[in-house]
Amino acid sequence: MIRFTSVYKAYPNGAMALKDVTFHVSKGEFVFLTGHSGAGKSTIMKLLFAEQRPSGGEVRVSGYNVSTLRPDDVPRLRRRLGVVFQDFRLLEDRTAEENVAFALEVTGARTDTIAARVMRVLTQVGLSAKSRAYPRELSGGEQQRVAIARALVNDPAILLADEPTGNLDERATRGVFQLLRDINNGGTVVVMATHDLDLVRQTVYRTIEMRDGSLVYDSDVDEAAAEAP
Amino acid sequence: MKLLTREALLSFRRAPLLSVLSVTTIAFSLFTVGLFGLVAINLREALRGIEERVEIVAYIFRGTPAETIAIATQDISAFPEVRDVSFVSEENALRRARAELVEFRDAYQDLQVNPLPASIEVRLKEGYRDATTVGRVADRLKGFGFIDDVRFGREWVQKLDHLRNLTGLVGLVIGLAFAAVAVVIIGVTIRLTLLQRAREISIMRLVGATNWFIRGPFLLEGALKGLLGGLLSLALCYAGYRLFRDNSGGTLSGLIFFRLQHMVLIIVFGVLLGLGGSMVSVGRHLRHV
Repeated sequence: MIRFTSVYKAYPNGAMALKDVTFHVSKGEFVFLTGHSGAGKSTIMKLLFAEQRPSGGEVRVSGYNVSTLRPDDVPRLRRRLGVVFQDFRLLEDRTAEENVAFALEVTGARTDTIAARVMRVLTQVGLSAKSRAYPRELSGGEQQRVAIARALVNDPAILLADEPTGNLDERATRGVFQLLRDINNGGTVVVMATHDLDLVRQTVYRTIEMRDGSLVYDSDVDEAAAEAP
Repeated sequence: MKLLTREALLSFRRAPLLSVLSVTTIAFSLFTVGLFGLVAINLREALRGIEERVEIVAYIFRGTPAETIAIATQDISAFPEVRDVSFVSEENALRRARAELVEFRDAYQDLQVNPLPASIEVRLKEGYRDATTVGRVADRLKGFGFIDDVRFGREWVQKLDHLRNLTGLVGLVIGLAFAAVAVVIIGVTIRLTLLQRAREISIMRLVGATNWFIRGPFLLEGALKGLLGGLLSLALCYAGYRLFRDNSGGTLSGLIFFRLQHMVLIIVFGVLLGLGGSMVSVGRHLRHV
């Protein structure tokens, strides 16, 4: 589903954000992306949803080659992804259900199917009772659930979550994390960038650690190597 | 399409002040162009009236035989520039002088000999009333042997020419200047809307909206503002026109207003201005939000 092959990313000021990063993520996986701020987690995320292009190497996401993606194909790629951020990125002047419906409307979905699909995902994230609430009337955890519902409404193959619990208290963090696990259990690939190591240690999910733009640890590869005789 | 319209209209509700501002600036720009247009078409109308009277008078030597004059009149009528030719006999000239020049009526009353010569009056076709053509026709008339002298208001014709050219030129320049101002203002207001909605646009991008989908509402918004501005400017022009006409005490009662095709043209122009302004702005700034 995701394949990074010797990926480099240099910024115009000359700083190297990624150095020779190679990994791949298969169907159905849940992957933690960890590391300090500036280690390259967000750059990987931005390459995944084609917000940026790699300076070298190849990035393939859900059948698209991000390095050579035509501008017309960027929206097509994004419709196969769901993206969630630390700051939720909801529209303040629209209700929860309008925020979710917005994602369907902009992709030209059939109008008569929108209401039902919106309700389905809001129920999935446990917010069907608050569908008419505006973001300011919701708690942080609830706002992030709306954002997740919006990411899910297009039935994405991959869900990208960039520090989704960064702004949440412990209880809300547990709730949102559980929701992401449920989504992964439904077959969706989840890539979650986080620096919350407690969360990472609680589970047995694959972990990729970044440091200064380099991939320094991949539990899949390194544990397999450790187990080898 | 429904969504497109809704999004475009939403911006009017979200930023009513900005929207009103841009509609009014378009309206005022077009209003100025429109007022100038009104002056121009009325001036042209008035010029046409004056031009109608542009004529060349060729005085005939006393004693020229009537047949010679008749043949010459036919020749002159055949000139491509000439609309009609009329012969004014000596008696008619005197009669006309008595009727028109009231101050000299007494002087003309008790004349023993008619001092006025017979003449041929030549009126030119529309489009041939400029100074060069008039001069050329006059020169050709002088070529006839029985013609004593040719008179035409050369200076008057030249001034008319200048005035008409100037009207066209000034109209074009002012029109273009205001069109540029309107485009800039629309561009700025669309840009402000873009910045105001940067967050929304980035979210639209994130969930996979195409560029045209994002641009559509802004372009429609610009076109709508242009349309409203055009309509408003027509209303203002009409108000201005009525104000002038009705308060002139009758001297300007002959003023004319735009014909339908002019009005359609102004509205189309407004829509194009709105569309152009938003296109430039969206093209330039969408990349940065």
